[in-house]
Amino acid sequence: MSVPRFWRRLKNLYNLIGTRCEKCGGFYYPPRNMCPKCRRNGVIVPFKYKGTGEVVTFTIVHSAAKDYSMLTPYILAIIKLDEGPRLTSQVICDPSEVHIGMKVKSAFRKLGEESDRGMIYYGTKFIPLEK
Amino acid sequence: MSVGIVSYGVYIPRYRIKVEEIAKVWGANANSIIDGLMVYEKSVPDMDEDTITIAVEAARNAINRAGINPEKIEALYTGSESHPYAVKPSSTVVAEAVGATPDLTLADFEFACKAGTAAIQTCMGMVDSDMIELGMAIGSDVSQGAPGDALEYTAAAGGVAYIIGKKNQVAKIESTYSFTTDTPDFWRREGMPYPEHGGRFTGEPGYFKHVTSAAQGLMKRMGTKPSDYDYAVFHQPNGKFPTRVAKMLGFTNEQIKPGLVVPRLGNTYSGSCMMGLAATLDIAKPDDRIFMTSFGSGAGSDAFSFEVTDKIEEIRNGAPSVEKLLANPVYINYATYARHKGKIKL
Repeated sequence: MSVPRFWRRLKNLYNLIGTRCEKCGGFYYPPRNMCPKCRRNGVIVPFKYKGTGEVVTFTIVHSAAKDYSMLTPYILAIIKLDEGPRLTSQVICDPSEVHIGMKVKSAFRKLGEESDRGMIYYGTKFIPLEK
Repeated sequence: MSVGIVSYGVYIPRYRIKVEEIAKVWGANANSIIDGLMVYEKSVPDMDEDTITIAVEAARNAINRAGINPEKIEALYTGSESHPYAVKPSSTVVAEAVGATPDLTLADFEFACKAGTAAIQTCMGMVDSDMIELGMAIGSDVSQGAPGDALEYTAAAGGVAYIIGKKNQVAKIESTYSFTTDTPDFWRREGMPYPEHGGRFTGEPGYFKHVTSAAQGLMKRMGTKPSDYDYAVFHQPNGKFPTRVAKMLGFTNEQIKPGLVVPRLGNTYSGSCMMGLAATLDIAKPDDRIFMTSFGSGAGSDAFSFEVTDKIEEIRNGAPSVEKLLANPVYINYATYARHKGKIKL
């Protein structure tokens, strides 16, 4: 990820800020500039998600790209946020614990870095929601 | 002085390594180390956690505990000796992640283990002079201990955030006093991965001289004595130092017990003393008085006197307590610990 590309998405990655259409009530993450249902009649506003949701499906990565090789095995999941949108994220827990329907909440973590000399990217991952 | 703590939040990673596990790798006598340090295990960051992520989680807990509007935070200082960047503030990430940007001033602090309490003092001055309404002072570290070094048994990870203000105080800061000299007992040079230390030199001319001088200086200024306080917290590089310094100053084991978290946590460096204060606030009652003295190698100590208010009961359960974050740890072996700490290079 280039520095400008990360910087443009920084608020979305740090705080799960997406958008919502005030006309139809649709929620979007990542943010959309136009409501796909209401088109030009939609009223899109920024929306901060609570950060809670559940695992829709997941995979456990054992053979990763170089930048993620230290993290293996790690869980990559599709999370459905309580407000509705789905996103792809790591779930931080023992791979034996993760399951479809697992309740999760957001956590602030390192997403990656561009070598020892490059920039460190921070953002949101998910951890099990305590009962 | 009309300044106090408005809220506080802590964060401790869920992983722990036992002293026995580290001692096994280096062929050392674990019981002797445990007896000498009074530390049984220490916290270990996850592979994607660092000083910034820990500071953000602690800061969010502080904001959530008292329902603070983050836009009211007009100064934010992060104290650490393990900032991920040599040049680029940790505090900008923290401020953005808690929603405090852009109308605030911020900077990173570094003074070994007392950078966090120096940040508290800075916020106190700014709040008291009406420069700002609320200031946030954070102590956060993923401290480093070289493989096989004595520090490896205690160098832990954790963070604490305090919000300082005038209104809605949960603990009034009655006074503060600092004692500082140039005492090179511990250091890490630019670009070096692990700190060096003066061994036992860090004890008498470092820790004990500075902690006792700052503590006695504050009590002399205020006209108080150890028996005037319900609780006391001293910087906790291990369990033995704060226990001994408390006795030297005339405080009892009962006074330091709630805040002595190091045996189950290790030394969280910039978070160490502030973590002990948070654990004490977790159980304190209105009108209790708390005495705290930090220590940072290099060297200096900041002493504080607090008086808990009725507000503490209202916000106590708004965020996880230190005890809750210490409970149910995930124990790891040395190999996993080495991966988590980046000691293995691919």
